[in-house]
Amino acid sequence: MQSPWSRREFMATSAGLTGGLVASQLVSAPSPAEAVAQPTPAHYPVTLNLNGQTQTLELDARTSLLDALREHVHLTGTKKGCDHGQCGACTVLVNGRRINSCLTLAVMHQGDQITTIEGLGTPDNLHPMQKAFIRHDGFQCGYCTPGQICSAVGALSELEKGIPSHVTADLTGPIPVSQAELRERLSGNICRCGAYSNIIEAVTEVAGENG
Amino acid sequence: MKAFTYERAHSAQQAARAAQQHPQAKFIAGGTNLLDLMKHQIETPTHLIDVNHIGLDQIEKTPDGGLRIGALVRNTDLASHPEVRKNYPVLSRALLAGASAQLRNKATTAGNLLQRTRCPYFYDTTKPCNKRKPGSGCAAIGGYERNLAILGTSEACIATHPSDMAVAMRVLDATVQTVAPDGARRSLALAQLHRLPGQTPQLETNLKAGELITSVTLPKPLGGRQTYSKVRDRASYAFAAVSMAAIQMPDGRFRFAFGGLAPKPWRVEAAESQSQPPAVAEVVLAGARSSSQTDYKKTLTARLIASALKGGNPL
Ligand SMILES: Cc1cc2nc3c(=O)[nH]c(=O)nc-3n(C[C@H](O)[C@H](O)[C@H](O)COP(=O)(O)OP(=O)(O)OC[C@H]3O[C@@H](n4cnc5c(N)ncnc54)[C@H](O)[C@@H]3O)c2cc1C
Ligand code: SF4
Ligand code: FES
Ligand code: FES
Repeated sequence: MQSPWSRREFMATSAGLTGGLVASQLVSAPSPAEAVAQPTPAHYPVTLNLNGQTQTLELDARTSLLDALREHVHLTGTKKGCDHGQCGACTVLVNGRRINSCLTLAVMHQGDQITTIEGLGTPDNLHPMQKAFIRHDGFQCGYCTPGQICSAVGALSELEKGIPSHVTADLTGPIPVSQAELRERLSGNICRCGAYSNIIEAVTEVAGENG
Repeated sequence: MKAFTYERAHSAQQAARAAQQHPQAKFIAGGTNLLDLMKHQIETPTHLIDVNHIGLDQIEKTPDGGLRIGALVRNTDLASHPEVRKNYPVLSRALLAGASAQLRNKATTAGNLLQRTRCPYFYDTTKPCNKRKPGSGCAAIGGYERNLAILGTSEACIATHPSDMAVAMRVLDATVQTVAPDGARRSLALAQLHRLPGQTPQLETNLKAGELITSVTLPKPLGGRQTYSKVRDRASYAFAAVSMAAIQMPDGRFRFAFGGLAPKPWRVEAAESQSQPPAVAEVVLAGARSSSQTDYKKTLTARLIASALKGGNPL
């Protein structure tokens, strides 16, 4: 069989180069390389301020913030898509800034304030962004949605602070809240269902209310 | 991920010393590249030294009118700093063209410089790769090499350095400051930070064991017109096929540095004394070794140069 690309190569390629949503876990096999004496798993205490509540956990140093949230605190609203920074499903707000919780260790967040989708709103008291996503039907399967919403909340706060983006024409002037700006600012969140146009409508509406 | 022990450093010197005490240690800053590689077991440090709390997160003017950027300044904060937006716009532009907002909020100045290649075979631990496993061969040469390098390569490795930020810092003549475990401090030109692969592609920089980057310094502003053009497979959240940082200085002369072409930010100062686009491109691309998959990078480079010389903003 002389196909120029095997499926595996294709997956590896997309994972490494475009940052697209692919199951890059498929390509990870243990490296047969250098046998280094690896320590036994080490555990550390960490105290997080999680959605306004103090949580002290005892965690293996390897635990990502994402796994700490899902597997240890059982806040499963935050999703794991790729586990490699390529999809945005795991987006949470740390000290008010959006980050990918899969590419950070929980032990690095001693004392930090973490806001997840569960902390933004509750079923009886939804955050305006959650309401807008429902109003505009900004999802299909819903898997990317918590990440999209946390990311959108982070994006609007970045706009408010005047943080520029790749499509900002004038780096020193005021930044318009345009569709192009919002699309660029949300490019770190992939939606396999392709609900993008409704997502942008929802975020545009909330941006308008803020502005 | 392999097990490791963890410590939080509180000063640069303490971090560098800790690295000396644990020979298999790694510094962790934003973690956005290191943890990705640790999950694939491409990096297997036995100890992590968290450098996020060593106080190097400031941007300050230097006495001679330049700018000193702390190693831990986040990519978002550097791109949005008023001084950078006004006086070093090529740097803001390059940063904003990289990764996603979530990643830029975490990624740091030093971590960005030291991020490793995105060569697909480096990431695929079932394939030979001289960078990951010295002496095992290079699966990229003759494989799927469309996104790999055409300049500065060797028979051992054709990987590119993926950073956008580093390309802008190169065109600005940045320098990198470090501290060693014994407390010795030094400054080196950014051009001297990254190595070409030769026969040792696993050695990527000229930093010594345990040497910690403390800051990056930009000389005083050049003024002029500054652009960063990034050609990629999709409009956002993708690495460069070819990118170009260009500055047309107040006296009309140009400077260019390129990403996506080589194992380090690529700048050929001799090209900058040429004025005709084909002559500039010829000098920049001198010695290029491309294949049918990567020939397009030469075409793209020549077109980016032509468009900058015509005063356009290519992208
Ligand atoms: C999906 C995805 C898409 C991306 N797209 C782009 C893109 O388009 N363009 C681009 O340029 N980048 C891109 N990136 C890469 C991103 O910019 C880097 O991951 C980031 O800049 C690394 O910074 P960090 O602080 O997180 O580094 P870390 O992961 O913390 O560290 C990286 C390396 O630097 C070392 N290190 C860190 N700080 C120091 C120090 N002070 N002194 C000495 N050594 C140190 C660490 O030991 C490690 O080896 C992308 C990443 C992902 C995951
Ligand atoms: S190009 Fe370099 S990084 Fe890629 S497979 Fe070859 S040796 Fe490894
Ligand atoms: S799970 Fe995909 S970016 Fe974190
Ligand atoms: S709604 Fe299904 S992935 Fe976005």
